[in-house]
Amino acid sequence: MATESTPPLAPPNAARNLWPGLSEAASRLATRTLPRLLLPLLGIVVVLVLWANIAMRINTSLGALPGPAAVWQQAGNLYDEHVAERTKARAFYARQQQRNADALVEDPQAEVKTRPYTGKPTFIDQIGTSLVTVLSGFALASLFAIPLGIAIGLSPWLYAMLNPAIQIARPISPLAWLPIVTLVVSAVYVSDDPAVSKSYLVSMLCVTLCSLWPTLMNTAVGASSVSADLVNVSRVLRLGRLTHVRRIVLPSAVPMIFAGLRTSLGVAWMVLIASEMLAQNPGLGKFVWDEFQNGSSSSLGRIMVAVITIGLIGFALDRIMLLLQRAVSWDKNAVLR
Amino acid sequence: MNTHLELSDIGMNFKTPRGTFCALDGIDLKVAKGEFISLIGHSGCGKSTVLNLVAGLLKATRGGVIVNGRQVTEPGPERAMVFQNHSLLPWLTVFENVALAVTKVFGKTKTRAEQRAWIEHNLELVHMTHARDKRPNEISGGMKQRVGIARALAMQPEILLLDEPFGALDALTRAQLQDSLMEIQARLGNTILMVTHDVDEAVLLSDRVVMLNVGPGARIGSILQVDLPRPRNRLALAENPAYIHARAEILRFLYDGHSAHNTAAPASPVAKVSRLQLLRRKVANG
Ligand SMILES: Nc1ncnc2c1ncn2[C@@H]1O[C@H](COP(=O)(O)OP(=O)(O)O)[C@@H](O)[C@H]1O
Ligand SMILES: [Mg+2]
Repeated sequence: MATESTPPLAPPNAARNLWPGLSEAASRLATRTLPRLLLPLLGIVVVLVLWANIAMRINTSLGALPGPAAVWQQAGNLYDEHVAERTKARAFYARQQQRNADALVEDPQAEVKTRPYTGKPTFIDQIGTSLVTVLSGFALASLFAIPLGIAIGLSPWLYAMLNPAIQIARPISPLAWLPIVTLVVSAVYVSDDPAVSKSYLVSMLCVTLCSLWPTLMNTAVGASSVSADLVNVSRVLRLGRLTHVRRIVLPSAVPMIFAGLRTSLGVAWMVLIASEMLAQNPGLGKFVWDEFQNGSSSSLGRIMVAVITIGLIGFALDRIMLLLQRAVSWDKNAVLR
Repeated sequence: MNTHLELSDIGMNFKTPRGTFCALDGIDLKVAKGEFISLIGHSGCGKSTVLNLVAGLLKATRGGVIVNGRQVTEPGPERAMVFQNHSLLPWLTVFENVALAVTKVFGKTKTRAEQRAWIEHNLELVHMTHARDKRPNEISGGMKQRVGIARALAMQPEILLLDEPFGALDALTRAQLQDSLMEIQARLGNTILMVTHDVDEAVLLSDRVVMLNVGPGARIGSILQVDLPRPRNRLALAENPAYIHARAEILRFLYDGHSAHNTAAPASPVAKVSRLQLLRRKVANG
């Protein structure tokens, strides 16, 4: 009985059947794994090696340019500082709560105060600030650019009227907008109890002003190049103006709008860092500037951590936009990369 | 004849960068209710232009289109068009494409449920119910054309305009759709104006075949009455002498190279200029 229950021995030619599996694996390696995973990794390794070698040879006033290892170490430090700061903040609030509770026990009518913790913003806090600023500036720009782009795309008159102004405003650098925006915000935004800080408003408006244009132009082109046949369909159906825009123009223009939005978000991120640096508005840009002014032996390493973080976040934002673009694209044959 | 649609002395000039181009010059035609008319002619002679004029998508330079005694001034769903390249909205499903037309035309007169039933009824007419939730890029060319026809029919048009509706399809699909179209027209009795460049299609489907001269300044060169009994069967007709005769008539017209400048002189000065230019070109070319 025991012998019957053991599985039958593999036939002698089973070993040969292994080969197709192996060659299949090899061809998968050649066609997919290699270009998709190994080559990019190889590229990164090459860059790291070059960086390490070049960094060693460059001496700045703050010492040798930090290589990958030193930068990695600084990244760890920055994270530890963040954790430490959070611990301090928690301790502060715990003490304050305790103090207030004690005061209330002593005298139930006592006026207790809750003060916010005023520690120095950490690297992670600065990332958060920058992200909030860039996303709100970008959202404002999109809210403005998409409807205006549609209007310009649909009306040759409006196009003729606004095109020169747009073409002049488009190439203006964020550095040129900054003083104007700063002054205007200071003059206009006066409130005893401001909901948001002035510096946030300045950075955000700068981002809006500079990241508006790609979305605006792309939307206008998208709206003006709706297929003549689809326009005819709309005319035969006597669709109203609003329905025409909603059912025909907007969906037609969606691929172009999203291409514009993607460019805009890239611009927004670049502009944000520049304006934070220059205007001393909180965020990653200010972090870089502060470290630069600080000039300690670890500063260069910390700046490099920030620079790489800026790159990584920019990359991540672009990927997210790409995913969105793919999700809303009705033209599933279009290759989006 | 009880005239339903009338083209009255239509002239059509296009403004081009190289001056005015006279596409049509004096098109006259009266169509009875429920009649099936084919427009046939060489490519570029102005067939689509005639259709667009009836649809109201273009405005005639001279003359006009009269439907039920009233001049056409703008497009409208009572003159539904099936476009040459289907023109479905690529972001909508088959059902939604038809629904766009139905909600616009019957939004006020039919309830939601009635509208849905009407959309499904029209998809059934063209045998497309099975693909109702597919998008245009997921179905074949013939299927797209069916949906285009369903969308037009769903507007319950008095006049159905078809611009080379089956031109891009393979022979088998085309035959199927032609049969469907004949069936539908027998049932609904729409007046149909169809542009085609397929002689067999013209004879098989039409009550009359209108042959246009070669442009510029195209006019109606000849009209052929097709007195074949309906329902028509393509296989039976292949041997029918009347069918063969009609076919030969059209072919002779097309291959004789009829054109505006070797038929009777048109009246419009614009056409005269273009004829002069043509003459000059002929002289220049030897
Ligand atoms: N919008 C336009 N502007 C200028 N010329 C046009 C326009 N539409 C059509 N034409 C010209 O009119 C003639 C007839 O065109 P069309 O009706 O499309 O021909 P077809 O018989 O092939 O459908 C062609 O020579 C074409 O070049
Ligand atoms: Mg045509």
